[in-house]
Amino acid sequence: MLQYLLRRLAILIPTFIGVSLVAFAFIRVLPGDPVLLLAGEHGMSPERHAEAMHLLGFDQPLPIQYLNYLAGILHGDFGQSIVTKRAVLSEFFARFPATLELSICAMILAAGIGIPAGVLAAIKRGSTFDHGIMGSALVGYSMPIFWWGPLLIILFSGILRWTPVSGRISLLYYFPQRTGFMLIDSLLSGQPGALASAVSHLILPAIVLATIPLAVIARQTRSAMLEVLGEDYMRTARAKGLPPSRVIGLHALRNAMIPVITTIGLQVGVLMAGAILTETIFSWPGVGKWMVDSVFRRDYTVIQGGLLIIALIIMMVNLAVDILYGLINPRIRRQ
Amino acid sequence: MTEITLQAGPMPTTRRAMLAEFWYYFRQNRGAVIGLIVFVTIVVLAIFAPVVAPHLPDQQYSDALLTPPAWAQGGQMRFLLGTDAVGRDILSRLLFGARYSLFIGVVVVIIALTGGILIGLVAGFFRGWVDALFMRIMDVILAFPALLLALVLVAILGPSLVNAMIAIAIVYQPHFARLTRASVMSELNREYVVSAKVAGARHLRLMFVTILPNCLAPLIVQATLSFSNAILDTAALGFLGMGAQPPTPEWGTMLAEAREFILRAWWVVTFPGLAILITVLAINLVGDGLRDALDPRLKRS
Repeated sequence: MLQYLLRRLAILIPTFIGVSLVAFAFIRVLPGDPVLLLAGEHGMSPERHAEAMHLLGFDQPLPIQYLNYLAGILHGDFGQSIVTKRAVLSEFFARFPATLELSICAMILAAGIGIPAGVLAAIKRGSTFDHGIMGSALVGYSMPIFWWGPLLIILFSGILRWTPVSGRISLLYYFPQRTGFMLIDSLLSGQPGALASAVSHLILPAIVLATIPLAVIARQTRSAMLEVLGEDYMRTARAKGLPPSRVIGLHALRNAMIPVITTIGLQVGVLMAGAILTETIFSWPGVGKWMVDSVFRRDYTVIQGGLLIIALIIMMVNLAVDILYGLINPRIRRQ
Repeated sequence: MTEITLQAGPMPTTRRAMLAEFWYYFRQNRGAVIGLIVFVTIVVLAIFAPVVAPHLPDQQYSDALLTPPAWAQGGQMRFLLGTDAVGRDILSRLLFGARYSLFIGVVVVIIALTGGILIGLVAGFFRGWVDALFMRIMDVILAFPALLLALVLVAILGPSLVNAMIAIAIVYQPHFARLTRASVMSELNREYVVSAKVAGARHLRLMFVTILPNCLAPLIVQATLSFSNAILDTAALGFLGMGAQPPTPEWGTMLAEAREFILRAWWVVTFPGLAILITVLAINLVGDGLRDALDPRLKRS
């Protein structure tokens, strides 16, 4: 296991270098003078330009510049925002809990509905239920979520008036942010109605963000279950006279979950891409909206830093999934 | 003589018989056939958009701003699906928009497929450091969420439809490269490849004529999936204001323009999204059918 872990970490190093090179190159391939872009000033005297160039390290040879950049990253220095002049990392962490809260809720929704739906569809293969579930999954998988979100807003906020249109909580409530998770903070505040307000703000974005992972998980669970149900040991289990609930619940489900866990891990990248759209639609103050806003504001250091941080997070999650996979399935370790 | 040996890979029957067999299995999947019919209809409508569309996509009728669809209260027969905020006919814009979406899908898939096949062939065929280098580069691209990387590339290149397509093609390329590499590696030691080698076929011939045709099945399925994803992602970039720019009747851009009317004029928001959903769904249905028909494991069951 240790060997597997080390090998898996070793593969990560070239990817990390590659990802940091991409982020490093980003500022330098932009059209225009990087110093002017980064200093955020219009019109600069040649002396001031040379000074800024020296300050930002652009007068060094490229490999040195890269090593300096890398050293900064390893010390947690991802540069500072051109617009707000604050450190990119602290700006990121100010917004990350919002995205994390939304993503976790979406994932719970997706796995909580997707896995049972997939299992049931597999057991009742060929039935109307199966066709219905798989048809809905295909529609969900094909869904343009930047349309699905507005559609739900029209229905639930416009016509039914059940949910608010945007934000994380009603402005009527104010309490200190202890964890950054609005559901927990509103509960801790003890204000009546605060939690309900937070939930009503969260529910639509969570549904929108969950749609595609839900469809993927349902499809994957169904096909994994079908594969397992056809195995010899399933026939043996049934022949032994085990009750169907035990055959399906214990033998089939446990083996079918291995590919499903991988699928769930792979959905993290999908969630990040989905967060960009969902947060924009619902004005959710998270990382996705921050990145879109930064692109519009031409806050290049934020784009650079955010891109790198998000890629690193996805790499870490993939690593965690691989380790988990190795724990469940010993055969993987020996490959 | 050599020609015969080279062609005699795992292809026991003629091309015509293969197509017939393929169609037989494809037809079994009712969803796939429906998807194909819908898709062909969309293609035909897109090609004949100038003939079919009742109005020009950019023509503004200032006497009919935000007209509801014909069947709704206050609707007019001349604007079947209503008009947008500057009085343009939504149906006509959708029909012309279909041209953009299909064109985007085709171009993105061609760029990503060509690049991916070349990289995958070279990496799988020569292995060694070339393979390691290319695959690490592909890993790096895959480490970023597709839409985010596309967004950042567009931030560098500037927002436009062409740049959005280039960005999305780059993001999709690794999937094709990995698939090609994996099938090249599994084919490389088969007897027909060895016999072609013995017969004196050069690297290029081995790669493109002998091996590639036998790696096509998974690539075709992936191409279909990428086709629908390209339409979705380009529309998403358009929606974020980073793709096609107004007044282009691109579906995602239309949605972006319609956002402020969400609660006032439902039709401006509903129809462009419905067009995207139907098109993407039709292509995905065809993709599912292709996968089932091309996957030899499923044929026997």
